[in-house]
This record gives sequence, C-alpha cells and structure tokens, in this order.
Amino acid sequence: MSKRSYALLSVLVLASLVLAACGAAGPAASTYECTDALGCVTIGPSEPIHIAYWGVLSGPDSSLGEDSKRGVEIAIDDKGGKLLNHDILLTTEDAGCTPEGGATAATKLATDTSLVGLIGSSCSDETVGGIAALTNAGLTTISPSNTRPNLSDPNRGPDYAGYLRTAHSDAFQGKAVAEFAYNSLGARKAATLHDGSSYAEALQQVFADSFTALGGEIVAQEAVAKDATDMKPVLTTIAAAQPDFLYYPVFVAVGGYVTAQVRDVAGLENVALAGSDGIFTADLLKGAGPNVEGMYLSSPDFSAFTGDYAGFITKHETKYGGSTLSTFHAHAYDAANILFAALEKAAVVQEDGTIYVPRTALRDAIYATKDFKGITGTLSCSASGDCGAPVIAVYQVVDADPASWNPADTANPNPKKIYP
Amino acid sequence: MRTSLSERLLDLAVSGFLWGFRILIVAVILIGTIATIRTGKYTGEQWTDFVIFGISQGSIYALIALGYTMVYGILRMINFAHGDIFMTGAFAAYFLATWMTGTGFIDNNPVLGLVIPVLFAMAVSAGIAMLVERIAYRPVRNAPRLVPLISAIGASFFLEYAFRGFFGPGKYAYPPIKALEGSWTILGTSVLKIQVIVTIAAFIMMAILYSIVMYTKVGKAMRAVSENKDTAALMGIDVNRIIVSTFALGAAMAGAAGVLFSLVYRQVDFFMGFTPGIKAFTAAVLGGIGNIPGAMVGGLVLGIFESVGPSLFLEGIGITRPYQLKDAIAFTMLVMILLFRPSGILGERITTKKA
Repeated sequence: MSKRSYALLSVLVLASLVLAACGAAGPAASTYECTDALGCVTIGPSEPIHIAYWGVLSGPDSSLGEDSKRGVEIAIDDKGGKLLNHDILLTTEDAGCTPEGGATAATKLATDTSLVGLIGSSCSDETVGGIAALTNAGLTTISPSNTRPNLSDPNRGPDYAGYLRTAHSDAFQGKAVAEFAYNSLGARKAATLHDGSSYAEALQQVFADSFTALGGEIVAQEAVAKDATDMKPVLTTIAAAQPDFLYYPVFVAVGGYVTAQVRDVAGLENVALAGSDGIFTADLLKGAGPNVEGMYLSSPDFSAFTGDYAGFITKHETKYGGSTLSTFHAHAYDAANILFAALEKAAVVQEDGTIYVPRTALRDAIYATKDFKGITGTLSCSASGDCGAPVIAVYQVVDADPASWNPADTANPNPKKIYP
Repeated sequence: MRTSLSERLLDLAVSGFLWGFRILIVAVILIGTIATIRTGKYTGEQWTDFVIFGISQGSIYALIALGYTMVYGILRMINFAHGDIFMTGAFAAYFLATWMTGTGFIDNNPVLGLVIPVLFAMAVSAGIAMLVERIAYRPVRNAPRLVPLISAIGASFFLEYAFRGFFGPGKYAYPPIKALEGSWTILGTSVLKIQVIVTIAAFIMMAILYSIVMYTKVGKAMRAVSENKDTAALMGIDVNRIIVSTFALGAAMAGAAGVLFSLVYRQVDFFMGFTPGIKAFTAAVLGGIGNIPGAMVGGLVLGIFESVGPSLFLEGIGITRPYQLKDAIAFTMLVMILLFRPSGILGERITTKKA
C-alpha cells in the first residue's frame, strides 16, 4: 500500500471516529436504531398505521371474506379508528379462495414496506399458496377462518412462522360432526364428498376417521372439481354405496349444486345432508333451493362465545344492516384486536410521534398472547399458531328462504342450533 | 420424395409413439370398463341414469357448440366470447323469470313460463353478440388471424367483468318452474322431467337452426359466404349482413342454452360461461369444427363420456375419486381427436384452400 493510501485511510478513520463521537453526544432519543432481525416498519408522525386484510372478496365465496372483513372494520371502529395516536389504514387484497389467488395477493402485499400486520386469509387454500411470501417478508398474519388442521401443526415448517389463527382447527369440527351423526342421528353408513380444496379434503378425512372410530362405516369418499356443476353422476356413484348420511364440507358453489341435485338421484331421496362452516351462509340457500331445508351445518357455537357477542351483533346491525353474512366475523374481530394489542406492546414510539415497529418483536408479541378476552372466548396463542377457543355446534336449516337467514336471532333463528 | 435415414427414423419414432398412445388409451378404457363391470357395483338402472345425465348435459354443450362452429365456418375464427354470450342469456332470463315468478305468471302458465324467458334470452344474447361483432371483430376482420382471436379473448373478459360490475360477484338462484319438478317414467326408467324438457328443447332448437341453414335464403347465403366470401359478394350477397346474422343465430342458441342450463343447475353468475364455453368448444372440435351436425354429435358424445367415464373406466383402473378427473376426460378427448382425427368425428366442412 502506498503512502497516499495510508494517509487517505487514516483521514477516513479519524473522520468516522469524530462523527461517531458527535452522534453519541447528540440528543439520544431522536434516532432509533433498528436491531430487529426482520427489520422495522417506520411510521412517520402524520402517517397511518397500515394493516391489510387478505381473503376471498369475489366469486361465490365472497360472503366468507366480506363477513370477516366487516369484523376487522368493527374492531377498527371500536378503537375509534386510531392506534397510538395514529389513524389505522385498512387495505384489502382479494385472494379468490384458491392457492394461486393466495400466492398472488401475498406476493403483492409482501412488497409493501408500509405494512405492519395482516388479517387473513379466508380459505385454507389461500394460506397454503401465500404464506411463504408473507413470512419471508417478515410479516405476520392472523387468519380468522382457516380451519385446515395442519396449518397449525407443530411440524408445519418455517414458512408458517408468520401464521396464526383465531379459527378452530377442523380436528375439532370433523369430530363434532361425526359424533353428532353417529350419536344423535344414529347414522351408521356415511359418505363424504369434497371439492379438492385443502379445507374440504382435510375436513372430510377427519370426519371419516372419527366416524370410523365411533363404530360407523364410511361407504364412499368421492370428490369433484371446484368448478363442477353437474353433480348427478358423482351422486349416483355415492347412491350405489347406499349411505344414510352424506357429508360435504365444501364451499358455496359445489354446496349449492350438490344440495339442489341430490334429491333427484335415485337412492338419495332420504339421505341426511350435512355441511360445515364453509357453507354456513345465506348464499348456500340461494343456490340450493328447497332441498336445503333440514340440512345440517356445523359452525362455531355462537351461543358458547363468552365475550359480548350480542354487542358485536348490534354494532354490525347499525353499521351494515341485516344479519351477518357468514361464520367468522367474531373471529376476525378478535384477530384484529390481538394484532392491535401486540402492536401497542411491540411498537417503539418516539417523542415526535414517529413509530418504529420491529417485526420480530411484533410477531413474538402476537405469539405471546395469553388469556386475551375476545368475544369468541378467552384466547391464548400456542407456539404453533392456534389462538382459537373451539366450541363446535351443529345447526339445522329450518327455512329454505335466503331472506330468513339469521342464526343470531333469539326467537326464530335460521339455521337453528340443535347439537350439542 | 427422398428423405434421409434420420428423418425416416424420426417419422418412425413419432408414429410409434402415437400408436403406443392410442393403444394405451384404448387399453385403459377396456381394462377399466371390464374391471368396473366385473365388480357389479352399479345396477342397470344406474347405468341408464349416467347416460341420461350425459345426454341432458351434452345437449346443452351441443347448443353452445353450434355458435362456435357456425362462426368458425364463416370467419375461420374462434369466438372465445361465445361462452359469455351464453352467460348474458342466462342473466337476461334470470331477471325476467324472477319477475314473472313474482307475479305468479310462471306457476299458472308453465309452458309460457319456459318459452318466454327462452325467447327473451335469445334476443338479448343475439343483440349483445351483434354488438360484440360490430365493435370487436369487424374492425379486425382482415387483420392477421391472431388479431381477432386476441380481440375475442378481450371481448370475453369485457363481458365477464362488465356483468360482474353491474350485478356483483355473487350467485343468483334461478327460479324453478314448479310444474317441471319431479320425474316421469319412460320405458320403465324414471327420468327427471327437467332433463326430458331440456333435451327436447335443445333438439328442437338444433332442428330449427339446421333447417334455417339448409332450407332458407339466409342459410343458403351463409353457406355461400362460408364457401368463399369474395365470390359470394360478387353474387350479390351482403357479406356483412350474413356474418352478423350468423353471429346472431349462434348467440341465440347460446342464450337458449343459458336458460336451459340455469333451469337444470339453478345458479347464475358472471363467470358461469367460462367452463361450459371451453367444453362446448371441445365439443365443436370433437364433432368437426365448421360442421353443424358435427357440433351436435360432439356435444352429446362429450356429455355422455363425461358422465359415464369416471365410473365406467377410471374407477375400474383403481383411481379413487374419479370425478375430479371429469375435465381431464374432456380434454384428453380433445387431444386424442386432434392427434388422430384432426377433422373431427364427422369431418370439417370447410374448403381446404381457405383454411
């Protein structure tokens, strides 16, 4: 190294020392140094806190996503639209209830550096497709309505580090339906039908395993494509196995077509019909027609919610009019409040109003949620992302008119809770 | 013609592969069928049901396929917006039928309650198809062949998302006709009334279309334009008018199919035309594109294969949940027909000079 280089180097070293000394001597509070492994989100004094909702907002299952979105919006209203003296900004991304849609939405959201946290997705498929992008971007999402069991499996892998849910796992739901079918209805030969989605495929398998364990027999397990319309051939195949209970925990489109066509198939005129939370919506009644009367639908047990669910319903009624659209509004409300509480804990607020949100700290704060008083119950998050307090009930549709849909009505609920 | 050894070897390899593929498919079908029949899982009545379900679905495919085939016959273009024309017919009929059910008209006059929405849907679909032709196809008619194709895909998206914008992304429930619920016993098997009506209606529509094309002046002009546009123009035929009426006629069939489809499956939404559209296109190619009786045969064959196939041969070769592969059957048939008989079951009816 030449003499000139030495001189240059020493000047640089000196300069940096002087600058460092100045930094240490200056007003310490004004610069926050982010040491978080996943980085920090910086929110300027006049900027809003940006959270996003991703889920199904178009297509036949839009009521599922819209319903949860309303839960998030009511949670924001209850905060007065503000958190840590900043406005809360909610943006949405449609994920279309498919793995591809989930991947697209998540990839788009992952590029937004102003984003603090997310609520979503709606369908388990969306999470399967999109969660890696979100986790790798250091984001954390809380799903109000994903129920596929292995999303919160202890061995779910590092891609799921940024994933929690307030919804129940279908390990509970499938078992509850099996017990209802075997014990209450006295069914002994059950058939299942799913639409190839990760939700339906896993749920019907849990049901089949539980039903077999109880002593029943699974006579047929069939599946159709998610965009299929003509169900009569597959139902004829099922009819050949002569079941007395038909369980199809699918989404709205397939659910409507199956229900509308099932009574036309010889051998299935009297089979008991059952579905689950994916079709617990008035939209099912629109597509299904008169056959839906008497159908069983499992869902979280609204009457078992320990929080102020009635108060939530009143707010919903005032804000949107009409009854709730689907099942998971209360879970979405709780998910949003868990996110807000964790944000308040993890955020570093500066004197001038700037907020720094260290991403790992936020994620850890959400996982550390314990005995959180939500409206669905008292919630504690497990290390594998399960925050829900699952109590499943089976409801029965008593009126096929979609306008009569109101599970929260005290005098004339439709559908009506019949089990347990 | 002299060819080098390597070229001949390549030819041999390709035809060997094709033969292998042919034998494989036939073997799968045969083995599967024999295995299924030997298990005796289904009764004869259930087999009849499969075929009947297939015929009613297939006759709807056939109605839609007519539009593809007619437009192809005249313009040598695939009108990819045709599936969405089908959707517009279903929507039009939905609004009319809902209103008519509300006034009690349909319950009192079931026949008119079926016919009036069908006519209305045909009119609306024809109108929209004429607009699409005028706006999206005519300006690019003489452009390279890819241009109208892309324009058609654009028109398809436009229709889908315009309807989504107007009527929302949700599903609408098509009002049922009470008189058509239940079933009739025909030749000892019980058949759903609605399927009988849909199949008969579809066949009547196809017969009307066929006689228009074969025995009227407009039909003659259509055949002339399809033969050679320039010569037809020299003979004093207004080519533009004939092309528009071809679109209108094909779209009217699709509109009628939309009503029949909604009557059977009871749900109307903005995206409902996509899958039936693709299936009907498959049916048109299957029967021989440009060939009207071919479209009818192709539709029925496709419908029956889709309905019978999963339980007949897919189940037999040990595939569980075979109905998930229903679409695979349709598209395998498309690939097979393109590989082994590119002109379709009944053959293309177009002059090779132009194609």
